[in-house]
Amino acid sequence: MADEGMQSWKTLALGCAMTEPGTSRSFNTGDWRGRQRPVTDREKCIKCGACYILCPDMCYSPDTEAEEEGYWIWNGFYCKGCGICIAECPKDAIEWQDEKEEDKYGQACRT
Amino acid sequence: MAKRVGLEVSLACSEAVKLANVDVIAAYPITPQTHIVEHLSELVADGHLDAEFVPVESEHSAMSACVGSSAAGARTFTSSSAQGLALMHEILFIAPALRLPIVMAVANRSLSGPISIWNDHSDIMAERDIGWIQTFAENGQEVMDLTLHAFKVAEDHRVTLPMIVNLDGFILTHVIEPIEMPSQEEVDAYLPPFEPQQKLDIANPISMGLVGVPEVYTEARKAMLDALEKSYPVIKEHWDGFAQQFGRQYNPIETHHVDDADTVLVTMGSLGETAMTAVDEMRAAGRKVGQVRIRLWRPFPSGDFLDAISGAKTLVVMDRALSPGADSGPVATEIKSLIYATGGGPYVADFVAGLSGRDVTREDFKQMVDKAEAAAAAGDPMTFEMWGVKE
Repeated sequence: MADEGMQSWKTLALGCAMTEPGTSRSFNTGDWRGRQRPVTDREKCIKCGACYILCPDMCYSPDTEAEEEGYWIWNGFYCKGCGICIAECPKDAIEWQDEKEEDKYGQACRT
Repeated sequence: MAKRVGLEVSLACSEAVKLANVDVIAAYPITPQTHIVEHLSELVADGHLDAEFVPVESEHSAMSACVGSSAAGARTFTSSSAQGLALMHEILFIAPALRLPIVMAVANRSLSGPISIWNDHSDIMAERDIGWIQTFAENGQEVMDLTLHAFKVAEDHRVTLPMIVNLDGFILTHVIEPIEMPSQEEVDAYLPPFEPQQKLDIANPISMGLVGVPEVYTEARKAMLDALEKSYPVIKEHWDGFAQQFGRQYNPIETHHVDDADTVLVTMGSLGETAMTAVDEMRAAGRKVGQVRIRLWRPFPSGDFLDAISGAKTLVVMDRALSPGADSGPVATEIKSLIYATGGGPYVADFVAGLSGRDVTREDFKQMVDKAEAAAAAGDPMTFEMWGVKE
């Protein structure tokens, strides 16, 4: 097993308690994904935000660095690959794309 | 000053809990534990004990409420037996995982079926691996003393683990014995107020009981195991402190005539006293027989046990529960495994006796010794036998 995120038993808090808030943000659920990721075609995207609203994790957020505002950016650190965004996109703008194992842990992905 | 009173052992347990000044009791009545919680309920209702008594709808809820109250920093007690203990099962693992120093008295009783309310150790043996510290009492005084000791050990910051005091159902719970009852001042001198090492606190929020993904579960279990193993010297230390305060010394392994003994009886719980009388009688008849009584069951005091039996040629283990499909009862299985690691050791004969409160007499113990010595001399394979089963 890859030891990413693993911690020595000697440094765990008493009773494995979580003593800091918000730590789920640093928890990589992206490695649960298979060898495909959802990729948005911005030619088809109408910026409705359905992907953001319906994502059961927190993969989509406003893309503040895009030249044009209103797009949503995908974060592979959290995406478990459920495909809900693909199924629900009203314009079929999101599609599966094969990805290599080494690319899986990528952060935000602009396409 | 301590005073000597005649008291039912269940009530002695409740009085110890009162002297420990617990904050929360969450319990569901079940035979033969009933008098323990009944008396605690009276003590709270009558204003003798300032505690919350939570009359839950099941033992599953009892242990869940105990987990919650202990996590909130309250000194917490519960008690159960047999089917009730079994209904707590899934929550029992959570208390040590969260490092919650709950104290529980288990009035040992057979698990059904057939339906039985009588005493043996099948209930607690089914909970052997829950991760709690576990001691066994032999008489009423020990129930009182071990209950006070349990709070002291469980809440020690070097331990912070839940602890069970086992007392045999009916044989102890329903018998009136002379009990040396310590005064509140003496108990307060031994047992300080509970200072939780960690608790749910709005001013300093933490989360307890989270998911342990495969990357953390093994490490979390290792940390709990380490705490259980490291509790051993603290358990002993607080027995020594108990002796200083109250004048009665307890040890993880108690011995009786073992020094020159060829054959050693191994017992756990109240039948140890019957066995002790049998040993005395065999000694008087010139036989080199001794006895080892296991007081601390978890963590198992391996070193103390091996020291105690180092001179023995034959061990006669009395199990009070079956481990169906295994080659012996749970106590003998443990002992054989321990002895195997030494690369030698005595012949081990295992007798599963006293199931569901069936009497085990001095004569039974003598016959067990005879049978074990003959089997050892004949070089028979080590096995176990259900003692006294009617063919």
